[in-house]
Amino acid sequence: MSYFSDIYKGIKTLLTGMSVTGKYFLHSQKGGITQQYPDNRETLKMFERFRGEVVMPHDVNNQHRCTGCQKCELACPNGTIEIIWDRQVDPETGKKKKLIEKHIYHLGMCTMCGLCIEACPTDAIKWAQNYENSVYDRTTLTRVLNKPGSKLMPGVED
Amino acid sequence: METTTINNNFKSEEYFINMGPQHPATHGVLRLLLTIDGETIKKVEPDLGYIHRSIEKMCERDSYQQIVHLTDRMDYLSSNINNEAVCLAVENALQIEVPERVKVIRTIIGELTRIASHNLWWGVMGMDVGALTTYFYAFRDREMINDIFEETCGARLTMNYNIPGGLMFDIHPNFVKRVKEFITHFKTKLPEYDTLLTNNVIFQKRMRGVGMLSKEDAISYGASGPVGRGSGYSCDVRKLHPYSALDKVTFNEALRTEGDSFARYEVRIQEMWESMAIVEQLIDNIPEGDYQVETNAVIKLPKGEFYQKVETARGELGVYIISTGTKNPYRLKFRSPGFSNLSLLNHIAVGGKIGDLVASMATLDLVIPDIDR
Amino acid sequence: MNLSLSITKNIHDWLFNMMPETLASLVEMTLIALIYLTIFAVIGLFLVLLERKVAAWFQLRIGPNRVGYHGILQTMADALKLVSKELTGTVNADKFLYNLAPYFVIITALMALAVLPFSLEFQAFDINIGIFFLIAISSIGVIGILLAGWSSNNKFALIGAMRSGVQTISYELSVGLSLLTMILITGTLQLSEIVEVQRNGWLIVQGHIPAVFAFMIYMISGTAETNRAPFDLVEAESELGAGFHTEYSGMKFAYFFLAEFVNMFIIASIATTIFFGAWLSPFGITESLPWLGVFWFLGKTLILMFLMMWFRWTFPRLRIDQLLTLEWKYLLPLNLMNIVLMALIVWLNLTIQF
Repeated sequence: MSYFSDIYKGIKTLLTGMSVTGKYFLHSQKGGITQQYPDNRETLKMFERFRGEVVMPHDVNNQHRCTGCQKCELACPNGTIEIIWDRQVDPETGKKKKLIEKHIYHLGMCTMCGLCIEACPTDAIKWAQNYENSVYDRTTLTRVLNKPGSKLMPGVED
Repeated sequence: METTTINNNFKSEEYFINMGPQHPATHGVLRLLLTIDGETIKKVEPDLGYIHRSIEKMCERDSYQQIVHLTDRMDYLSSNINNEAVCLAVENALQIEVPERVKVIRTIIGELTRIASHNLWWGVMGMDVGALTTYFYAFRDREMINDIFEETCGARLTMNYNIPGGLMFDIHPNFVKRVKEFITHFKTKLPEYDTLLTNNVIFQKRMRGVGMLSKEDAISYGASGPVGRGSGYSCDVRKLHPYSALDKVTFNEALRTEGDSFARYEVRIQEMWESMAIVEQLIDNIPEGDYQVETNAVIKLPKGEFYQKVETARGELGVYIISTGTKNPYRLKFRSPGFSNLSLLNHIAVGGKIGDLVASMATLDLVIPDIDR
Repeated sequence: MNLSLSITKNIHDWLFNMMPETLASLVEMTLIALIYLTIFAVIGLFLVLLERKVAAWFQLRIGPNRVGYHGILQTMADALKLVSKELTGTVNADKFLYNLAPYFVIITALMALAVLPFSLEFQAFDINIGIFFLIAISSIGVIGILLAGWSSNNKFALIGAMRSGVQTISYELSVGLSLLTMILITGTLQLSEIVEVQRNGWLIVQGHIPAVFAFMIYMISGTAETNRAPFDLVEAESELGAGFHTEYSGMKFAYFFLAEFVNMFIIASIATTIFFGAWLSPFGITESLPWLGVFWFLGKTLILMFLMMWFRWTFPRLRIDQLLTLEWKYLLPLNLMNIVLMALIVWLNLTIQF
């Protein structure tokens, strides 16, 4: 008789399996778990720690906090960050000091590991939450993070 | 019937088929060279190297902080546990004692990673045996874990949250609340997995008695993780050599003695329950304290050899560092669980049908970047 | 001409008044062929859309919703895309058979469509061996699949084709026997007469217990006939990539794809015809309006097709030897027992008739 009881048990497990999918079918009108991505750009909010790309915040006077210490460049595992710096005479104190000319960031090489931001002693760079990083030309992925004509914020070096 | 031998390897009824590198069942770029007689598998030769990125060599170039982010890219489904392995190895070598808070958070995140990994495996397992709906149900639940990670670590898959000496930053204020939400949610969904797939008579027929692996073979092939435990080989590193906060929690080692595909399946399902139990024990009493201890900006390991093993979702991951006292390791070797688990594929698949090969390969839960590194 | 081409009597009479008999028959046949081709295309495209939507709802998704209102034109767009695609092939393929295979599959599907009684008088070809014809035709389709797999010069395709052969030969038997069980009640093979018999109650009611068994066996083996999950070993995505149509692209692939869905429709409509009274309304509530029969027919078929989709999106796939075990060890013996049971019931006049 195990022949027939096997059939009965088999069909029973199949039907209970179908009840699971059937339950979700009946509740399907809520739209499921799909996120209709390009349509929900307005409502799509990334978490505040989301690693989109590295940016250097500037204040209203076009001043940043980067002293050019190159710790981020050293921390980076794959050469994503390049800092071109120069020793210039500070007009206020008259001393020579290290100033950045360009803080170059290759987004195309970045693995979003976050070691540069962890290493930065002056919080000059931080994560931006933008999530659409694809471009048509890869040269645009190489970004200069300090804006043209920007200066070091006073008091950062202390 | 007399068989004429064409060459040393092939009999006349046998033919050769190339499964992969692009094949839906190989989950990435694994290539299997199959020798088949009709539908019966005669021989399986895995061919590797399609996603080899020489991570071990890159580690010799990088500083110890930088090595951590490379381990994310090995077994990307248990990236946090990989990170933890390297950090533990470096911390042990430096003889740093990390704060209790770090240990507890590492354990919670590690167990959540394990749930996420097993969850994805369950979905893919269903897909490999032809039940496509499981994939979406698994992803629905995995999404919640990914959100927890994204809120705390900033990334969903390659977190790089651990650094030698602790964590990169403290957990997000919402972390505890979200984890509790997930646990309550997942406790209602996991029984549903059983109703949908585990108890299904077709699934049971596909899995039971297929891909047999005895305990002796499991040990001699170096199987670890759920593959070894499905054969009755008690090999849970979390039990045998507890690390982080795992010595403070009570949990059962999921163990089956059948050694077939279904045993490996059951082990993983039970591990999801056990991992939830571990998270539940820890989540309410995360001790206060620092989230990292200060280390030197340039970490130099003392001269010598250091080994640390952890239990990833796939099995035992070993990190073996040879240091000559400089800021880079002289040699770094990862003992990846997937590699040894893959090596027994030929053993368990021969004699079965093509469908059996796919089903038993799914129960090995291979992640190809972990095998190739 | 012996064919009872009686879709619309008026057009028939008008054509025969207008021109000589032979020409009129030719024109009429061409017209009917065109109508059925349209039905074929519409059913195929609609079912692909329905399958995708139903699958999405089972899987907590939304499904196609971009092209047209709620994605209603999605399959049209897909078909257009497939028409415009390049027809690729393997180098050493048997070109003649390779090109012939999709037509085999699609023509058999079309031929089966011709005998289905959509409504009173809406039946292109009311042959007196209707059921026999359907069973015979549905086995020819497998030749197309075998040819496709063989001629592609691809081992994955070949394995798929061989599996298809094994599967269809086995499950033909169950389909035939479960339909035979019901023939015991009707006593005729002609589809229109089978429908007439059901005016006294649908056959699944008339035959009660053995009829329900026969229906279950028919649905299982019918699903296997159409190569759908859980019996989709022919395509077996995770094992063979795409199975027999691995090497087909563009419109040739679309033919296989459409034929698969039309075959599903045919299997469901045979079940509707044999078990659920075809176009007859329940308790004869719309008996005065025979043209409503089309909707009853399509409605019943749709429910059965939904059942098949439900199977597909819930169950894992069987292994090839388990597939054969199911047929030869379970379905076939049960089927034979069922026939004896049904014969007893008919002999003892135990059928339920209203």
